[in-house]
Amino acid sequence: MLRNSLILILILGLAAIMLSIFVDYTPKEKLGPVAEHYANNGKEEVGAANLVTAVVVTYRGLDTLGEVSILFLSAAIIGFFLKIRNEEHSKNQIVIRYSEILGTGAKILVPIIILLGAYVFINGHLTPGGGFQGGAIIASAFVLMLIALPRPALNHRVLSIIESFSGLSYVIIGLLGVFLAAGFLDNQIMSLGTFGTILSAGAVPVIYILIGLKVGTELTGIIGNLKEIQNEE
Amino acid sequence: MQNIGIEQISLAVGFILLLIGIWGMLSQKNILKIIVSFTIFETGLNVILVVIGYIRNKTAPILDTTELQTNTAEKIVDPIPQALVLTSIVIGLGVTALLLVYALKMHKEKKSLLINDYKDTKW
Repeated sequence: MLRNSLILILILGLAAIMLSIFVDYTPKEKLGPVAEHYANNGKEEVGAANLVTAVVVTYRGLDTLGEVSILFLSAAIIGFFLKIRNEEHSKNQIVIRYSEILGTGAKILVPIIILLGAYVFINGHLTPGGGFQGGAIIASAFVLMLIALPRPALNHRVLSIIESFSGLSYVIIGLLGVFLAAGFLDNQIMSLGTFGTILSAGAVPVIYILIGLKVGTELTGIIGNLKEIQNEE
Repeated sequence: MQNIGIEQISLAVGFILLLIGIWGMLSQKNILKIIVSFTIFETGLNVILVVIGYIRNKTAPILDTTELQTNTAEKIVDPIPQALVLTSIVIGLGVTALLLVYALKMHKEKKSLLINDYKDTKW
């Protein structure tokens, strides 16, 4: 009882703080100085039509590298946690019967979903979307495959090779920026191309393709690990 | 507070989601429900971040028409909070996946998902 009333008091206090913020809130009228610089010079400096991509991949590229490392770290920890007892139990797997309709539908849909994911991350510098979104779409195709097909064999070796390759290439492209252009992760190591076409914005499409592959394989690896541990019980 | 627009409504929704998330994290006993409350809290936070960058009557920061490519700063909403939210969603995904795996491990240990059954580190 005491516990519940303490929670209630805390929630009411936070609600009061939020209410005062809400009452004082005045919508923004114009961009801040940093955003204004990005908006006015983004076209010449980065060459990406999607300004959010310009901010994510080039202006704040270091943050994105950190973000990719955090995702990699959590995938690695999950793999470490779940893999320990894998060898002892792998013989007596339970085979669940899957529906025929779901299986056939999945076989048709999986390649199309992967194609959509690739489209989203290749066009990340022109249209809404990008490496993270495209990677998540690709991972969703593999989730469909894992739940719909009776014995989907995920090749963890191939997954980890693609993942390490794209992570390493991302860092190498970042380092090339130090030697060939203005600084770490500068996208002008390649020519900026024509604004608004697929071969524009220098290294941004390459980096986003690498991020897309990395995120897709990482999320697939996480789901695959969870699925395998479920099969063992 | 005259002419309530989409930004006020979204801000209110964000705050309500934050409160629901905090309430759920504090009062629920089931570990999975605590994780769900955590994701609700995170969604509220992301909604509020997007609202901060919103400017009325302006368009998305994607320069796909020639009209948008001159005097861009007067025609688009703030791209920085949107980029931050992208980062925050991805990190939230990683954290949620980790929480779920911890819950799985705990369930393997004691066959229970109720937080009251785990008193080992209680003080």
